[in-house]
Amino acid sequence: MARLTINGQTHEVDVAPDTPLLWAIRENVGLTGTKYGCGIAQCGACTVHIDGEAVRSCSLPVSAAEGKQIVTIEGLAAGSTLHKVQKAWIDHDVPQCGYCQAGMIMAVAALLKDKPKPTDADINDTITNICRCGTFQQVRAAIHAAANA
Amino acid sequence: MTHMPQLSRRSFVVGATAAAGGGLALGLNIPFGGSKAALAQAQAATPEVNAWVVIKPDDTVVIRVVRSEMGQGTITGLCQLVAEELECDWSKVTYEYPTPGESVKRNQVWGSFSTGGSRGIRTSHEYVRKGGAAARMMLVQAAANRWNVPASECTAENSLITHKPSGRKLRFGEVAEAASKLQPPADVPLKDPKSWKIAGKPLKRLDTVDKVTGKQVYGFDLKLPGMLNAAIMECPVFGGKVKSFDADKVKGMKGVRHVLQVGDTAVAVVADTWWQAKTALDALPIVWDEGTNANVSSASIAKMLEEGLSAEQGFVGNQAGDAKAALAGAAKKVEAVYAYPFQNHATMEPMNCTARYTPDRCEVWAPTQDGQGTFATVLAASGLPADKCEVYKINLGGGYGRRSGLHQDWARQAVSIAKQVPGVPIKLLWSREEDMRQGRYHPVMQCKLTGGFDANNNLVALHMRLSGQSIAAAVLPQVVEKDQGRDALVFQGVSGPNLLGGEYSLGYTVPNLLVDHAMRNTHVPPGVWRGVNINQNCIFMECFMDELAQAVGQDELEFRRKLMANHPKSLAVLNAAAERIGWGKPAPQGVHRGLAHLKAFNAYVAAAAEVSVEGNRIKIHRIVAATDPIHAVNPAQIERQVAGSFVYGLSAVFYGECTVDKGRIVEGNFDTYDSMRIAQMPPVETIIMPSGGNDPWGGIGEPTICVAAPAVLNAYAKATGQRIRSIPLKNQRIRMA
Repeated sequence: MARLTINGQTHEVDVAPDTPLLWAIRENVGLTGTKYGCGIAQCGACTVHIDGEAVRSCSLPVSAAEGKQIVTIEGLAAGSTLHKVQKAWIDHDVPQCGYCQAGMIMAVAALLKDKPKPTDADINDTITNICRCGTFQQVRAAIHAAANA
Repeated sequence: MTHMPQLSRRSFVVGATAAAGGGLALGLNIPFGGSKAALAQAQAATPEVNAWVVIKPDDTVVIRVVRSEMGQGTITGLCQLVAEELECDWSKVTYEYPTPGESVKRNQVWGSFSTGGSRGIRTSHEYVRKGGAAARMMLVQAAANRWNVPASECTAENSLITHKPSGRKLRFGEVAEAASKLQPPADVPLKDPKSWKIAGKPLKRLDTVDKVTGKQVYGFDLKLPGMLNAAIMECPVFGGKVKSFDADKVKGMKGVRHVLQVGDTAVAVVADTWWQAKTALDALPIVWDEGTNANVSSASIAKMLEEGLSAEQGFVGNQAGDAKAALAGAAKKVEAVYAYPFQNHATMEPMNCTARYTPDRCEVWAPTQDGQGTFATVLAASGLPADKCEVYKINLGGGYGRRSGLHQDWARQAVSIAKQVPGVPIKLLWSREEDMRQGRYHPVMQCKLTGGFDANNNLVALHMRLSGQSIAAAVLPQVVEKDQGRDALVFQGVSGPNLLGGEYSLGYTVPNLLVDHAMRNTHVPPGVWRGVNINQNCIFMECFMDELAQAVGQDELEFRRKLMANHPKSLAVLNAAAERIGWGKPAPQGVHRGLAHLKAFNAYVAAAAEVSVEGNRIKIHRIVAATDPIHAVNPAQIERQVAGSFVYGLSAVFYGECTVDKGRIVEGNFDTYDSMRIAQMPPVETIIMPSGGNDPWGGIGEPTICVAAPAVLNAYAKATGQRIRSIPLKNQRIRMA
């Protein structure tokens, strides 16, 4: 049994301690916005915030996330007010299939918290999520727009 | 649960004015054509203006779309086309997916569900526009009837019908029900695209918000009451079988409910959660009967293909004059051999499918590119008749061909598992490793090109010999048999003008030309793939064009132009890309340029790239794309699809290879099957230049995928003097900077 704090709510989840956080979030807590893409922290589709840092939840055991503040894509908006990254994503019509976008948005939100005005080089170094549809041009434009929002 | 798509209950029928759609017949055996009673029942249950359009009393417009949305923007584009003819308020437009079962009952009123071959819009635009136009005519007639005036005195605009002489107005929602009871018009004229107001405009997608909030439900997000989760492993050697497995070893593991054989070739674990199922599957001892294919390797396949390069016989895909004789008499000859590997689709969402089976009903929830193809698979796998099956389409996290109607292995598996656990919904999800190793791979191909010049350095002969795998031989054998063993699809982009309806005809005229194919099939299952054969054919042809030009010391663009006098639309896109990149003008220091073009899926496309090379790293500074899709429905989405196609195509050319060892695929995840990231993304400028008129519309999602790679390879050769002829570049330790 692990005790997880996700989007401000505490959940008791009955999983083995080495279960990846991703699967506890999806299957035990039932929040499916966080995606599985590779299971080896390569693609970033599973990115969540843990104590404000972007973390690839497919490769983090739940035992390491206990007692920490976990935020998923469902918890990024403040109530009905979307996060500025989500707004920029809508304004720039960023997603295509959209599957990787929750992870991408979480990674970008963490970047902007760390570096409010990231340069292109900052973006290149930090945003390493895989997007097979290839919406990278819109992603870059939307990051800059969110930074200036 | 709101995940189960439901047709609107409040609507009206105008009858099936639109003819059922065309599209490639995939040879699927679905007993279409419902009984009259079933049809009447279905229509009564879903009153609507017509099959395409539902208008609610509050003026909300629900447009029915049967092509699948997997990111390519087809839903938005098709809705634009319907809305354009309907003359409705775009802000009131929503959409829904009719089900394949509904389609059966209604005699295929919506045409083909198949979403591949860039056909979503280009092969359905006419009947969906007619669906919108017919609905508008009926709404106008209903208003005219209410006012007791001739319909010719009324106009529709922005969801309002106006009686011009009196200025009276009625909203669509006020007359929709009356319209639904009218006879559909026999003659349904369409607008000239030049007068479009909604179609042809860079409108935003209709399906964005849920994708940024995490609310969008993809196939593997589905939740059903009482649902269990399954993980599966097929025999890693294609063609192998299950010999035995020791279920007792894992049955006591937490959450595990069932350990099952799936057909002859796979084993699945069903558990409360997928992670439990996967953990147990990893621990399950399975003995495989790998069969003789366990001896096959990439090297043995390459050797087989090499033999095909010089084999006497080949299936002909394009021919003019006598290429072999002309080559024999040529003053100068140039020859080169190219190779293209197996590649996986690697959709971000791995394959998955959910099924619930009882002896009376089989329901399937599928992220599918072809609802009808899934439906046919469900009938076959369940053994139930059409009226006892249903398929609900769920959003796709990418498709690229892997989820096409031709590759429904995941649906068959899900039904097979569900049949063994009757009454319980089973969600089957593949691990990334399973997804990588059970692909339907981009076919492997080698190519020998031989060009011959006369004494004046004119290209007088060209022989392009392809040697490699046929997709159709594996998945549409009846099509190949009908064509005396030939797979015409192999010639995409280099075919003769009459092959494949001219959709993929070569954009050059060479007096003595032969394009032929030595079919060399392997045990690795091939599949359709974004653009599929245009990827390698464009590299082969367009890189070799540069080699030919350089062999006679001519400018690569001028050399092409001389062969393109009979191909004005191809020439137009090539010229546009060349001009925008600055061809013929000095490039920045250290920057080199390359070009490529092709006709595919009836669209004319070209690219021009600027690259620089430092050590083993290629920096792509900029790519210009030009596309003539004849008509352009949404320029903003076209730009995104073009740039995205470059990401997919360049990832493939730099990093994409599925290696065969001991009969199985080696690469299991993105660490060994890499994909471009934002850091490598060059700015892509897209020139959209629809030539209009009555030519068949061209596709968007696929054509441009093939032109970025040869443009970059040609620029690399200019930069380094080295010609790369073997894909992927990672094997030569070349990476993207």
